[in-house]
Amino acid sequence: MATGTEPQPLTGVHDASRAAIAPRHLRTDRWWLAPAVTAAGLLAFVVYSTWRAFVNDDYYAAPYVSPFYSPCVADNCVPMRGGPNADLIGSWWGLSPALLILIFPLAFRGTCYYYRKAYYRGFWASPPACAVAEPHKKYSGETRFPLIIQNIHRYTFYFALPVAAFLTYDAVLAYRDEHYRWGHMGLGTLVFTVNIVLIWAYTLSCHSCRHIVGGKLRHFSKHPVRYRLWGWAGKLNQHHMLLAWASLISVSLADLYVYFLATGAFDDPRFF
Amino acid sequence: MTTYDASFRVWRGDTGGGALEDFKVEVNEGEVVLDIIHRLQATQVPDLAVRWNCKAGKCGSCSAEINGRPRLMCMTRMSVFSHEETITVTPLRAFPVVRDLVTDVSFNYQKAREVPAFVPPKGVAAGEYRMQQVDVERSQEFRKCIECFLCQDTCHVVRDHEENKGAFAGPRFLMRIAELDMHPLDAADETGLDRKRTAQDEHGLGYCNITKCCTEVCPEHIKITDNALIPLKERAVDRKYDPLVWLGNKIGRRSGS
Ligand code: SF4
Ligand code: SF4
Ligand code: FES
Ligand code: FES
Repeated sequence: MATGTEPQPLTGVHDASRAAIAPRHLRTDRWWLAPAVTAAGLLAFVVYSTWRAFVNDDYYAAPYVSPFYSPCVADNCVPMRGGPNADLIGSWWGLSPALLILIFPLAFRGTCYYYRKAYYRGFWASPPACAVAEPHKKYSGETRFPLIIQNIHRYTFYFALPVAAFLTYDAVLAYRDEHYRWGHMGLGTLVFTVNIVLIWAYTLSCHSCRHIVGGKLRHFSKHPVRYRLWGWAGKLNQHHMLLAWASLISVSLADLYVYFLATGAFDDPRFF
Repeated sequence: MTTYDASFRVWRGDTGGGALEDFKVEVNEGEVVLDIIHRLQATQVPDLAVRWNCKAGKCGSCSAEINGRPRLMCMTRMSVFSHEETITVTPLRAFPVVRDLVTDVSFNYQKAREVPAFVPPKGVAAGEYRMQQVDVERSQEFRKCIECFLCQDTCHVVRDHEENKGAFAGPRFLMRIAELDMHPLDAADETGLDRKRTAQDEHGLGYCNITKCCTEVCPEHIKITDNALIPLKERAVDRKYDPLVWLGNKIGRRSGS
């Protein structure tokens, strides 16, 4: 973001071969609005999730476990009855157990084709908007280190699947009451159910998913099942940006809901 | 029938320099920007250079930048602007200017030549090609391209970095590679031409950071980024970043093959 003050380069639209027009762009619409809103939204999430990930507290209120702390793979997790405790790491881990698991969704979203567009435009102004000259002197895109690493996106997708499976398990556990009896619902159950639907929709609308299930094929006619899967993934994929935001908000709200319950700020309204 | 005088600011000049010049031009109901440029030419500046052909959004000749946005002049209705607004029209700002609104788009022809053509399958005569609709429909979207080069003009990789023009084919021609790689009968593989790998190694696919400006400006509404560029990136990953393939290559190299 600090690049906006650099002197204007004499390349690009100011190259000697091109029409001599001084302004970096001539757009008259509010082109800065979309990148500004995007940057503000992403920043808000980063601040909120960093705080919640490091605080290591208030992430369990029976029967709900915050999606930021699930599965909980360290020894220092609060015991959650029937919940996603899986002490794989042991007791040497003294920091917040959220950090161990959040790297997976973070890597998934961080290399997501949509989020890449969002932060390249919003934070890096590369480009800030279409036909608005970017402030950078040089540009190599994703051709070399570090951005060439974005090519691992498909592997982060593979890791996102089990994480989504755990969150599904948590959403099912939310159909208990605070005494762990099955067949109950509260407002939190609804929050968790909506969240897990959005998480799955986002995950399955991934461009890598669309490629793996069928996009990589050359002859759809020889693979009718995969052709159909590809069609479904494509339908979801058209809404990938919307799902990226909706699931980002829903996962934060689910966490915030647990925080409010755990701190006693709020009582879960029970339906039955 | 409403008629009014619109304020136009049109870039006039050539390789030696130029400037935006102000004009008042009559506008009638139902007209498009190209009509106004033509009226300007007919009534005030007879030597105004402008390229056009079909006036129907199909030849891709009348590409320009209107209020800073790359568009077809013949497909931009005057009704989208208010009567008070000054409408600025400039030539495409990613290509060398020739004169006034005309630019030299030969960069694109050069890039087109660099993409290896369709490789006919062995043993099938030209009239004997048989393909199923499901196998070709993906690339049919890309065939809607009218070669207006608005996407090439908008793409920041070359628009903002002249020095990248050598290495980067641009969205239109990366899409062409995707089209051929998805073609059910293309036999490039059999001749040792790996389109997935060369898209990245020789045509600069990695420069694209999928920020979607090509898709935003395409007058044919082709989903260039979602349907051509990202799938092509995924295909390159198949070839270049699959750990199993990578391991195989390592072992292969060690044995001296
Ligand atoms: S998506 Fe890629 S090719 Fe298209 S304009 Fe952006 S950087 Fe250029
Ligand atoms: S892909 Fe679209 S914007 Fe690009 S040249 Fe073809 S029609 Fe024009
Ligand atoms: S999650 Fe966005 S493209 Fe894979
Ligand atoms: S004149 Fe043919 S596309 Fe505009």
